[in-house]
Amino acid sequence: MNNILVFPMVLPIIAGVLLLFFRSNPNIQRWGSILTMIVVFLISLWILQQVMIQGILRLDFGEWLPPFGITFVADAFAMLLVTASSLVSILCLLYAAFAKDEKREHFFLYPFLLLLVAGVNGSFLTGDLFNLFVCFEVMLLASYVLMTLGGEKKQLTEGIKYILINILSSWLFLLGMAYLYGTLGTLNMAHLSVRIAEAGQPPLLTTISILFLVVFSLKAGLVLYFWLPGSYGALPTAVSALFAALLTKVGVYALFRFFTLLFYHEPSVTHTMIGWMAIATMVGGSLGAIAYKDIRKIAAYNVVIAIGFILVGLASFNYEAIQGSIYYLIHDILLKGMLFLLIGTVIYVSGKTRLDQASGLIANYPLFGWMFLIMLLSLGGIPPFSGFAGKLLIGQGAIGAQEYVMVATAFLSSLFVLYSLLRIFLNMFWGETSIRLKDQMHLSKGTLAPLLILAVLTTGLGLGMGILAPYVSEAANVLMNPELYIEKALNHK
Amino acid sequence: METIITLLVGILVSVATYLLLSKNLIRVVLGTAILSHAVHLLLMTMGGLKIGSVPILGDQVETYTDALPQALILTAIVISFAVTAFFLVLVYRTYQSTGTDNLYELKGSKDE
Repeated sequence: MNNILVFPMVLPIIAGVLLLFFRSNPNIQRWGSILTMIVVFLISLWILQQVMIQGILRLDFGEWLPPFGITFVADAFAMLLVTASSLVSILCLLYAAFAKDEKREHFFLYPFLLLLVAGVNGSFLTGDLFNLFVCFEVMLLASYVLMTLGGEKKQLTEGIKYILINILSSWLFLLGMAYLYGTLGTLNMAHLSVRIAEAGQPPLLTTISILFLVVFSLKAGLVLYFWLPGSYGALPTAVSALFAALLTKVGVYALFRFFTLLFYHEPSVTHTMIGWMAIATMVGGSLGAIAYKDIRKIAAYNVVIAIGFILVGLASFNYEAIQGSIYYLIHDILLKGMLFLLIGTVIYVSGKTRLDQASGLIANYPLFGWMFLIMLLSLGGIPPFSGFAGKLLIGQGAIGAQEYVMVATAFLSSLFVLYSLLRIFLNMFWGETSIRLKDQMHLSKGTLAPLLILAVLTTGLGLGMGILAPYVSEAANVLMNPELYIEKALNHK
Repeated sequence: METIITLLVGILVSVATYLLLSKNLIRVVLGTAILSHAVHLLLMTMGGLKIGSVPILGDQVETYTDALPQALILTAIVISFAVTAFFLVLVYRTYQSTGTDNLYELKGSKDE
């Protein structure tokens, strides 16, 4: 019965491999991959419902009982993220299908996008540390290819840096895993948690946990985000949207898992450290977001700010804050996808990458302009949209934890988000039209469709926060009470 | 035995660090390869190096070798092999299109 847990990872892999054989037929590639992701999305919705009814689900591969075999463990937190990431990948694929970048499509754009999603979903679902590493690598290898696919000079040079930094962080990951296996003798996450609790997390284990903090900070762009703006700026629109929506979030997910399930005994060391790192990230990201005129850079620094903001919730480490982080994480997966799709479309229609080089786009593309406004209000956390609930709860939680510096920085950083995006809006969308109506590029309805769906989603999620509430509180409940996870992940039926 | 291997890991990591910090791209690739070998050795050492036992636990068996690190290393080797292969191709392709393998000349583009 629980075999269905494997589908969010395996379906994209199977579809990706099958699509390799249809190289000459772009339509099969486009619609095949979109169809696969729709199926994956529906399956993950169904699993999410089952998790709410039956509690945490587990799949033991090859009937090897934990802690010996590899397991997939689906709790509400993991499933919410799988569902959100599948949804945003449908929309990014839809955008790619209408953007018709034939040069890249011919060189297996869709199979690699699917493999990327497979790695992401696998990372969310796995209950085994080594399997997490493998899923990370699946995701990273696909991202290396997508990073350099097309072979533009900028992509190649940025690709080298991106790959190098990721090889280094994978190396640190293996190093941490070697130490953890050497000290605790297991790699199953629930079992690790039990053993760490038995040992009471001595300084040695805290040191290892800081090693993992460095690893996942590199992936998530927490403080160590210096690789991020350059590499995201070099990508084609649909790919950059998927990267911005998913890749850093996997790092954030891993940080949440590690510091709520495994290393939660010494919050005065680890969580304080995460707090200061989050503050540094928000400050650095805010400075970056207002320093540049290149709109791709501004968008990339907005990714960085959001990472800092989500981790304020983890650093505060109480029920409200964790709940807020989960809301914000889901919101951010959708909205960062939307931001990058919009930015890519702005560059496509205006042909310019700097915000002072075009103006008055809203006269040419009214619907598109208003969607940009919705996106920026939502990212800024203005009430009717989906960013608000997350920001509110994170703020409440952080005040509850008496982390006033963090609260102040978090809400100041929201102002910087608003300012940096409003600057794009005021400069590029308002003012004199720079493109005459008869010269303007045609924006097909197909390209606008995914953007419109995302705009409706952010409004809908904002107005109907109640729909998400039971799922999010269940997810936060499991994160705050690791024994719930351990009991389901280790019991022998 | 474990101490000697750990020292060897240390030497490998310092060699790899030296290579990674050089300007030449091929040296950087070699550095990453050596770096991954170092951590594979470390994984093996952390699992405990026992000589002469089989990885099967039974009633009459007194000692056995932990087989898990071997499985982990095998997977890690395959992954690092794939990454190194990809990286080598990328470096060659970059050399073809930019005409240089010096990292200093590959710094960010001029329009920033």
